[in-house]
Amino acid sequence: MSISNGAGTSTGKPLKQIHLAAHFPGVNNTTVWSDPAAGSHVEFSSFAHFARTAERAKFDFLFLAEGLRLREQGGQIYDLDVVGRPDTFTVLSALAAVTEHLGLTGTINSTFNEPYEVARQFASLDHLSGGRAAWNVVTSWDAFTGENFRRGGFLPQEERYSRAKEFLATANELFDSWHGDEIVADQGAGTFLRDARAGSFSHKGQHFDIEGQFNVPRSPQGRPVIFQAGDSDEGREFAAEGADAIFSRYSTLKEGQAFYTDVKGRLARHGRTRDQLLILPAATFVLGDSDAEAQELAREVRRQQVSGATAIKHLEFVWNRDLSSYDPEGPLPDIDPDLGEHTIARGRAQVRMYRDPLAIAREWRELAAAKNWSIRDLVIETGNRQAFVGSPATVASTINDFVQADAADGFILVPHITPGGLDVFADTVVPLLQERGVFRTEYEGTTLRDHLGLAHPDDGAAEPVAS
Amino acid sequence: MSAPSSPHPPLSAPLHLAVALNGAGWHPAAWREPEARPGELLTAAYWSDTVQEAERGLLDFVTIEDALGLQSSKFTGPDDRTDQERGRLDAVLIAARVAPLTRHIGLVPTVVATHTEPFHISKAIATLDYVSTGRAGLRIQVSARQHEAAHFGRRTFPPFGVEDLDTPAVRDLTAELFEEAADYVEAVRRLWDSWEDGAEIRDVATGRFIDREKLHYIDFEGRHFSVKGPSITPRPPQGQPVVSALAHQSVPFQLVARSTDIRYITPHDTGRARTIIEEIRAERAAAGRAAEPLHIFGDLVVLLDDDPGAAAARLDRLDGLAGHPYTSDAKVFAGTPSQLADLLLEFQRAGLTGFRLRPAVIGHDLPAITRELVPELQRRGAFRTAYEADTLRGLLGLARPANRYAAV
Repeated sequence: MSISNGAGTSTGKPLKQIHLAAHFPGVNNTTVWSDPAAGSHVEFSSFAHFARTAERAKFDFLFLAEGLRLREQGGQIYDLDVVGRPDTFTVLSALAAVTEHLGLTGTINSTFNEPYEVARQFASLDHLSGGRAAWNVVTSWDAFTGENFRRGGFLPQEERYSRAKEFLATANELFDSWHGDEIVADQGAGTFLRDARAGSFSHKGQHFDIEGQFNVPRSPQGRPVIFQAGDSDEGREFAAEGADAIFSRYSTLKEGQAFYTDVKGRLARHGRTRDQLLILPAATFVLGDSDAEAQELAREVRRQQVSGATAIKHLEFVWNRDLSSYDPEGPLPDIDPDLGEHTIARGRAQVRMYRDPLAIAREWRELAAAKNWSIRDLVIETGNRQAFVGSPATVASTINDFVQADAADGFILVPHITPGGLDVFADTVVPLLQERGVFRTEYEGTTLRDHLGLAHPDDGAAEPVAS
Repeated sequence: MSAPSSPHPPLSAPLHLAVALNGAGWHPAAWREPEARPGELLTAAYWSDTVQEAERGLLDFVTIEDALGLQSSKFTGPDDRTDQERGRLDAVLIAARVAPLTRHIGLVPTVVATHTEPFHISKAIATLDYVSTGRAGLRIQVSARQHEAAHFGRRTFPPFGVEDLDTPAVRDLTAELFEEAADYVEAVRRLWDSWEDGAEIRDVATGRFIDREKLHYIDFEGRHFSVKGPSITPRPPQGQPVVSALAHQSVPFQLVARSTDIRYITPHDTGRARTIIEEIRAERAAAGRAAEPLHIFGDLVVLLDDDPGAAAARLDRLDGLAGHPYTSDAKVFAGTPSQLADLLLEFQRAGLTGFRLRPAVIGHDLPAITRELVPELQRRGAFRTAYEADTLRGLLGLARPANRYAAV
């Protein structure tokens, strides 16, 4: 398939508009905290700077991830990456005061919360931001995180999606319990409420058995925009059934297209159209004056992201052993991974990515021997490269190509410097996308639904489009 | 030293003033007043205007009411009324929304301990402290209401009314809920201290972002929950944001007294104020905390007009609109700002350190507080003429506390 960079595609399809969002970098080794330009991950001034940059660049929204227990490795709190973050709802509500248009997306767990409370928090955020709230619904089940909460960690892994689905369905019932016309506030007549039973709900299900009256009237967007993260089959089905957008993993163009086709193909079964679910992978980037300079910079950033100590810790995920006695500048361990229950690292999703540790260890040893790589070299070389590396023109083209080729509807960008890492993208790449006519030059609406081209829930479903 | 010539000699310590924000006001007919903005009660503009007005009056802080159920004229559950304000926003999020738009005033949202997670609330209030650069507090509250428990479906409470409050069953339930609230505050406070100051070291040489020796598991184990910790949020700017509670009975006095910085009480006269203050001081001493500073604020519902008759007439008119006389746990004051200043100073002499005023109509009585009562108190040397500190603890004269986990 060939892709043109001009005003239209070779297939004659109209140009898709790109959606862009900014992920405030959090507790992972993407963030280069040792850089002299790196600022606080907790102070509000960092969040305000980041949000203002995103809004100046006319981004769709800002995105916050979640972690409810500090990560541990070898029985100790992991100290090599950024540690510590503020509360999601509280920061987003404060950011609503320093921005006017930017969407505010929070990742909120469906396991360690209750629907009534989360629904009133999102409805409140939507009111206080004038219709800019979005909820990335995630699930977890581990007893490790559960130790911080009343309910503990009893949720069996196989129940996490069933609980998440029921949690979201229940929250939607709460959002919909007010229709938007109940508050009359007629001072003369003395009628505040049209109907004393406004907000009534009753939900009887496997996970939630609740009833009463919801106390937050209908918010500007009706419901917050719903995101789903995760690319398992269950996750895709969950998204196809009820999400407005997917926060997915960045991959190659081809893999992106396959994911896009698969997920969008599931929508019809749920009576939904292809434009009712956006696919927005997370993506890192490194910009330089030239492609060569950006490549050089990208290599340097990867070395900063993976210190010797980080490399050893990374190897421990696979080996499931304490490898602290190994020299990161030396060869890989000749002992094999411990195949027992994974005990070395807790509180991170990464440990589940290595399904066959023996095979990976063998492959890595062979690779390191062939290339004469140290442990640190290997972790750097086999780790995730930045998604977009190049001059602003190259990066703008690549992003546009991905979107026009239906590998994504846009990207959630993750800078490696907090909070200023987005500035260069805003100043150099965004204008190029605007020149191509694929990214807005002004906000056209006021709500996040407006930015994303999603209908208000009260507007009814769009007419199904024949494929 | 010569005798003071002013009729109102300066008092040894200026009093503290807070305002309790509750929708359009505390009177159920408040929303019908011309100054009310009944169609805007769920907007950021209403709340930022209101808190900025309070800040204009140099007030110590605002509290923001909240509940996990719809407002009702009935204690026992929802009612059928359509003539009163209904619906509200989450108080923590309101406080966060106005924080960047204010600079000095403390922000104290209500938090219901009964159905929420101490881990979530601890980081939410810590974050409110970050977004306000040191102006956060919380007001802890419990809910024994059957219908609010049904919104969560995790526990059931027996139905009871106000008239049952003194029955043994209800007293036991209340005691249990306040005991849980005391545990809740303890867990929240430990989480705030679970990061020592300076835990973030960014040591490039060793690659360590934090010094994990300065992070602590809190290992809280209680009857109702346990929390491992540490918090995901570093220690907030104030170290310990300000914890406050309203209590009317001795059970809550005992249980919450031990862990709050500010107590709101509702005496209707100075004699009663003295009795309650003695009781609280005794419990404080019994808990071994006599030396620690404790503010005791009197709660008052206020209607203020330049003419005493006008305030009383306004209350009558509001009662007429509501269809019944307004009653409150707190004393209801209708009069002039000067009369209110007299009353506040009288209560101060009885031992109160400050007041939480509940404006009957926010649009009317809040500006009366900030533009008339405050200047009157200033003329008497009883209230600040400029903000003297940047944090809520600073305004209240509370030092930034040492961390319970820090090695001495």
